[in-house]
Amino acid sequence: MRKVVIAGAGMTRFTGKQPRTAVELFGEAAAEAINECGVKPGQVQALFIGNYLGDFEEGQAQLQAFAADYLGMAGIPANRYENACASASAAIRDAFIWVASGQYDIVLAGGAECATKMGTPLATRTFAMSSDSRYEYAAGVTFPGVFAMLAHLYSKRYNIPLETLKNYLYQVSINSHYYGARNPRAQFQKELTLEDARKSPVIASPLQLADCCPFTDGAAAVIIASEEAARKLTKKPVLIAGVGQSSAGSLLSQKEFLPRIRSRELAAQQSYKMSGLGPRDIGVVELHDCFSIAALIALEGLGFFPYGTAGLAMEKGETKIGGKIAVNPSGGLKSKGHPVGATGAAQAFEIVRQLRGECGERQVEGVKVGMTDTLGGDGGTLCNIILRRGW
Amino acid sequence: MEAKLTFKEYNENLKQGRLIGLKCGGCGEVSAQPRLFCAKCGGQDFEAIELKGGGAIQTFTVNYVAAEGRESEAPYIVVIVELDEGPWVMGSIAGLKPEEASMDIMGRKVRMEGPAVFGGDRYSAGEVARPLFKLV
Repeated sequence: MRKVVIAGAGMTRFTGKQPRTAVELFGEAAAEAINECGVKPGQVQALFIGNYLGDFEEGQAQLQAFAADYLGMAGIPANRYENACASASAAIRDAFIWVASGQYDIVLAGGAECATKMGTPLATRTFAMSSDSRYEYAAGVTFPGVFAMLAHLYSKRYNIPLETLKNYLYQVSINSHYYGARNPRAQFQKELTLEDARKSPVIASPLQLADCCPFTDGAAAVIIASEEAARKLTKKPVLIAGVGQSSAGSLLSQKEFLPRIRSRELAAQQSYKMSGLGPRDIGVVELHDCFSIAALIALEGLGFFPYGTAGLAMEKGETKIGGKIAVNPSGGLKSKGHPVGATGAAQAFEIVRQLRGECGERQVEGVKVGMTDTLGGDGGTLCNIILRRGW
Repeated sequence: MEAKLTFKEYNENLKQGRLIGLKCGGCGEVSAQPRLFCAKCGGQDFEAIELKGGGAIQTFTVNYVAAEGRESEAPYIVVIVELDEGPWVMGSIAGLKPEEASMDIMGRKVRMEGPAVFGGDRYSAGEVARPLFKLV
């Protein structure tokens, strides 16, 4: 397999309700990635876009074909990836594989979503479509409900009183907002106080609004190129050192592992093995904190902390910039926002910028290796990507 | 190859109060969801069996924000139960008010007292049943 790099990265500001279409948002992110490395539309050989709910948001399926045309690339193969929240990461991983195989030299990959166009009731309904419609949705489970049940399970399994766990969870969200307040592309550019977190309404017990990511519009894109092709495009190629992807059935079928997410552990191990790196080598991680409890589960599943200890580690500041592992310096899904199908590409965007040293006051000083972690549904898809400086 | 248990058969039986699962002839693993291959051993030799409906609550949530079309149900409790035969199922619970649900119910024994049926919406493939449990 050939070495593969990210030669350019782009991202829209993430926002609440806004007027542009998903194709337009993707176009803005893609144009930034394209213009940053000077690639011409005619050089792009394939387009892979993550998009979860375009059908419901805009009555638009197959947006990838229209995006290719919008970007002056009509004629190239264009695919849509629907892996729930991990859609863009699956798109990037496939772009990596196609380029590594030698089939393509340059692929544009990313994601776009206009989740706020649905409004909360329909968005809650469609997000729940990532649970099993036959054996889970009948009981009324929603996306927050899945992680709420994992939170109770986590409390019991690791013998952490719910009140203690809740305090850890508030801290997860407070940390996210601290960095989001410093990210000019974040949806919520303001800090969260403990008092505000505590008094936020309960969504699905024990999770409150302060534990939940928002509905978001936005897009992100990356130019994936062979190392050789990228030499003409950038002085700072970011090497895709390792990737991993795994699947799982319904939450119920994961009974032996919960609250651990088995698909994460499988995907992470693949990415560690491919890169020859381990958790100790990772300086910054953008992980899937769709709900506060999900961040703790991710930190443990990725191997950064022993099971049941991530909350305490977070409380001690070990997940802040300058701590043991810098977690979600972008503000994460909680504060930066979670435009479902675009999230994985936005995570990659942040890691690329971190490795290049372009993150200003959120910069993890001198960081050389970073990782993304994207979870779809209740673990149905899990993608990990390890990136390192290629210069 | 013909499935030993289709979703339709599972769903229609559950609507009548019978929870049907599959027992793997190869390793004995019981699944409460129709499947073609065993998750444990990869075998295809299943026998459809009636699950007795007894089990223990593993986890739960009280859901205050319902999806479109189910607003009138909220707040409501969702439980995951480990059946005595082994598999986990997601369902509802009768005789317990949302405000009474705390982590104290985790581990409590329950018994299925019948089905509860989601009437379906424009997105679902018709009505879908889930087990309705009661604390014992």
